[in-house]
Amino acid sequence: MTPLEPSLFESTPSIGAAQPIRFTCNGAQVDACGSPAQRLSSVLRDHCDQRDVKIGCNAGDCGACTVLVDGKAVCACLTAVGQVAGKQVDTLRGLGASDELMQQLQRSFLSCGAAQCGICTPGMLIAAVALLRQSPQPSEQAVKDALGGVLCRCTGYRKIIRAVMQATQSMQSPLADGPPAIRAQQSAAQPSVGVSITRLDGWPKVSGTDTFGDDVAPADARLCRLLRSPYHHASFELGDLQAFVEQHPGIDCVLSASDIPGENRFGVIPPFIDQPVFAQRHTRFRGEVVAAIIGCADKVEALLPEDFPIVWNELPALLDPFEAQQDGACQLHEHAARNVLCEGRVQCGDATASLERAVSRVSATFTTGFIEHAYIEPEAGFARRVGDTLEIHGCTQAPYMNRDSLARIMDMEPSALRIVPSSVGGGFGSKLDLSFQPYVALAAWKLGVPVRIAFTRQESMQSTTKRHPAHMQVEIGIDEAGRVCGFRFDGVFNTGAYASWGPTVANRVPIHASGPYYTPDYSARTVGVYTHSAPAGAFRGFGVPQAAIAQESLFDELAEASGMDRLEFRFLNALDNGQRTVTGQRFESSVGIRACLDALRIPWQQALRDAGQFNESARASGSPLRRGVGLASGWYGCGNTSLPNPSTIRSGIRADGVVCLHQGAVDIGQGSNTVIAQIFADTLGVPVEAITLIDPDSTLTPDAGKTSASRQTFVSGNAARLSALALRAMIARHTNCTTITQLEIAGASLTVNRDQPDTASISLSDLPANDLGYVFMAEGSYDPPTRPLDENGQGEPYALYGYAAQMVSLDVDTRLGTVTLDRVTAAHDVGRAINPNLVEGQIHGGVAQGVGLALMEEFIPARTENLHDYLIPTIGDIPPVDTVIVEVPDPHGPFGAKGLGEHVLIPTAPAVLNAIAHASGARIRSVPATPERILSAINTGRGAN
Amino acid sequence: MSNRQLRSLSSALEELSRSAIPVLAGGTDFYPALRDAPAPDRVLDVTRIAGLQGVEKTAGGWRFGALSTWTDILNEPLPPAFDGLKAAAREVGSVQIQNAATLAGNLCNASPAADGVPPLLCLDASVELASVRGTRILPLDQFILAPRSTALASDELMIAINVPSISDHAISGFSKLGARRYLVISIVMACITLEADEQDRLVSVRISVGACSAVATRLRKLEHVLLGQSIQDDLVSLVTPALLSGLNPLSDVRGSADYRLIAAGQMIGRLLASGLHTLLHGRRQPAQCDDTEVDT
Repeated sequence: MTPLEPSLFESTPSIGAAQPIRFTCNGAQVDACGSPAQRLSSVLRDHCDQRDVKIGCNAGDCGACTVLVDGKAVCACLTAVGQVAGKQVDTLRGLGASDELMQQLQRSFLSCGAAQCGICTPGMLIAAVALLRQSPQPSEQAVKDALGGVLCRCTGYRKIIRAVMQATQSMQSPLADGPPAIRAQQSAAQPSVGVSITRLDGWPKVSGTDTFGDDVAPADARLCRLLRSPYHHASFELGDLQAFVEQHPGIDCVLSASDIPGENRFGVIPPFIDQPVFAQRHTRFRGEVVAAIIGCADKVEALLPEDFPIVWNELPALLDPFEAQQDGACQLHEHAARNVLCEGRVQCGDATASLERAVSRVSATFTTGFIEHAYIEPEAGFARRVGDTLEIHGCTQAPYMNRDSLARIMDMEPSALRIVPSSVGGGFGSKLDLSFQPYVALAAWKLGVPVRIAFTRQESMQSTTKRHPAHMQVEIGIDEAGRVCGFRFDGVFNTGAYASWGPTVANRVPIHASGPYYTPDYSARTVGVYTHSAPAGAFRGFGVPQAAIAQESLFDELAEASGMDRLEFRFLNALDNGQRTVTGQRFESSVGIRACLDALRIPWQQALRDAGQFNESARASGSPLRRGVGLASGWYGCGNTSLPNPSTIRSGIRADGVVCLHQGAVDIGQGSNTVIAQIFADTLGVPVEAITLIDPDSTLTPDAGKTSASRQTFVSGNAARLSALALRAMIARHTNCTTITQLEIAGASLTVNRDQPDTASISLSDLPANDLGYVFMAEGSYDPPTRPLDENGQGEPYALYGYAAQMVSLDVDTRLGTVTLDRVTAAHDVGRAINPNLVEGQIHGGVAQGVGLALMEEFIPARTENLHDYLIPTIGDIPPVDTVIVEVPDPHGPFGAKGLGEHVLIPTAPAVLNAIAHASGARIRSVPATPERILSAINTGRGAN
Repeated sequence: MSNRQLRSLSSALEELSRSAIPVLAGGTDFYPALRDAPAPDRVLDVTRIAGLQGVEKTAGGWRFGALSTWTDILNEPLPPAFDGLKAAAREVGSVQIQNAATLAGNLCNASPAADGVPPLLCLDASVELASVRGTRILPLDQFILAPRSTALASDELMIAINVPSISDHAISGFSKLGARRYLVISIVMACITLEADEQDRLVSVRISVGACSAVATRLRKLEHVLLGQSIQDDLVSLVTPALLSGLNPLSDVRGSADYRLIAAGQMIGRLLASGLHTLLHGRRQPAQCDDTEVDT
């Protein structure tokens, strides 16, 4: 640092002078040291301990770090701390404690369900309070304008808009005075299943006290920074790392492949584990890690990558999966000839013969690109050694899978590792895989001190998994009656440099590509292909959303060919109870697709009439706008495909009457903390408020599996139900009651069947407690019944499916190619809505991601590694969403419930594309449907109106 | 300016004259350009220099202090000719960005997609550059030279943006085409300023387009064709591809060159139609391309 002569800068402070900077933060005076050019965001977090200020991008693209400076909303990541000298800075935590308007907003966010994962919530609330100070009863447009600078990836924004608009209206809020109080005495339990209780983990999210991956490390933790490949494909030589450490005071060590005690490999599917923790000698994608540098934060941050002793040699890269399959193409992995990772196949009947005799058939090729999860929380966490245990804290969707994978890397027993998930600021599939964990684990173990890391937005986008780009050739035929007879699907999925969940995508797509329709003659094949790109893995739907784009687009063309209404065509073909799926499975009572389509029939006919009228007047007035309506269905099998997929939930009652639920299903915003507690409480027969949740922690909560595959409500919900039933059985034995119709716990006194002949009471404090302090304790495990698939993909891959149909109304500007969404109506068969408001939140969020997939998102390695070149929908891009909850109970589901998390995204993009075609004639077969692609399709005759 | 203010500015200019030192104002381009690296040790924060804030009406027009933010512009009562600039202000990033980002920073950053440039070109703006060597004034179209390149010398600071007097009857409109609603970098931007005389003849026509050439540009040929025409005639049909020949867009992730040219023509046509409508019906209404994704 070069201090400047202060006299020169008495009123033009040159940042660089090393005086403390004094400002007010949440009412308290702060003297910040260090460079005045530091970002305010990092000073607020690190110096003022205001961890409610979230860092999502460091570039003003996401707004998560929004604070008020003298009452004005700004991004703290774009503000120099020197610029707030003498000013007042307010963050959520401060305003929540003192500002009545903020408190109204917090209550409104909580009761509306406006916070899901909660990572964007501080930024949203700050932007909202700035608006409400000027305009206490804002219009929807004013809310959008004010909150347009804060990105949310979970909620689809609609509940946020409602929460802000309603904040200053007097509401009957059950939480009018702050966080929910735990009732001391439990009386007759009201059922909670089917009730939109506010999320049990909601208060910390709206108050700014929730802790995410970058919020949990101790203050003295060392910082880990990763050195990554700047090339898609390269070889490299590391120089003298020891000399580098010696030359750089404050750097503790540099770790590379040779430092790994166990296997230098990780992955998620045992036969396909192929990704090195540290690349050795050559890298296979841009962003691949070659070394980790650990030391004091300021020294590590100040290092320039070019000072690191490494010599790179860029090599030709294969980025296209077709080129990668050519003879002579560079082979990424020894085991994968022609770079083929794996293939998937489902076949029933004779698709070829059936297509030949079809009365009408359509075929086309569809392509989709890499899609980035773009959660607002980049991967972050820390590790520490506690005795002989290695603890890893941070954001994850799969604590036990991470533990077992880290155990192999560290050459340790799994029991020697403890995984403590932080709150997760969005996951959507990408936080299933290991990302930051191996580096901090290895460093903390080696150094014996806590080590933390937080990926930058660029690192997160470069290196973590993406949705698979798909190239799909599809042909479908119908008979005279308009029934689908033959269906052929050939899909090539770009799995990037490593396998990740590529095999799952290759397996799931052929099972689902028919859509929820009866398809007698069917052949679907997939191939996953390695390229020099970021690994493609799990993303909400595992390839099914891509397949739905192809199938549902062609269904519109088939409806047209058969002269049928598009909804009626789907209804005619919709799978019914007792009909075989393409894998030969039959469900006797739980197929809900017709109910979903039924629910849309009236809005569909209305929307068609509206569009007709709109277009008539648009033509008359010479307007370039055309309105269109589109429809699509979807289905999704919940849980692993034909593989064991158990969840275990532990529960217990303590001697003092406290009921604890060891809820190990990680809540990434979707609501499992609440939904599983509701299922458990109602089964046990106690009010949900009486439950004390024990959060996921591999030493405290049994394995509830991964938060993926729409399985937590179904699988872990069932485990919670079985756990509650086991507790009831124990209580029944102790009270000598054959049936418990009513249960009451008041302090240490437990009474069953009050006011009935067989009533009985026991004193819990008289019973012996086990090691965990429970007088009654039970574990429930549930593994969905499935059967393996044979070589033709025939079998019972899932115990249950959920179903969905969505319709979209939109306007296309036929001279610019732009699209303005008008309304989405989404009907979802969830079997039983355990918590309707959370169901609606999932639907809104899935629709928003589907809109992004349809209209704007495409990750291009090296070109869109930030949130201003990679666009996700903002609050201004999501139209009103009407949700219709359909309940066709499934006998396997807890209270009949089916999964939902992935279904919500699947129909949206094809419904948008079908609406664009209806409006303009433009059939878009490559997403995103950018204005340019739409206009080009209109102008080349695929869009004459 | 008071002596103290002069001294403040002069001390900053002296510092700039001694060594190249990065200048920090709103920070909205400065910090993203660091790409997560720590801020450099030496930075010249100009945000407290007195005299660089505020908008004033001068004898010759308006003077926008270099530190005027987009929010300042929106809050300033200005004649209708500035409606295009205000519409652009509303389209800059987000409220958070508008509260911090300065007009001068937008110009000095010299992005081909800078939201402020097309409206300021239509206002015939010039920039005031100060250094220890003195102050000079450059027309905006001579200030921005190429993408990320300006005529600003390493010892100079932009201290104001000047807009010459313009008729209260001139109207203006701005339209931005992006792939989403907020926080979006333009695919194409267009701005128009029109004034008609009492005989309904166009006496002033200024049209500019951004993100369709290395530097946003005025379409002089088109302006010339429109000048003197009657606003009662179908002037939109005069917007022909040949008259857009000043544009030379790139193809990038946001859009191809061909698409940009088509969109620019559409947007200009619509701004013109809307502007003519306003002139004919005498309503003061910001001309907007209200059926793109870009509404206000």
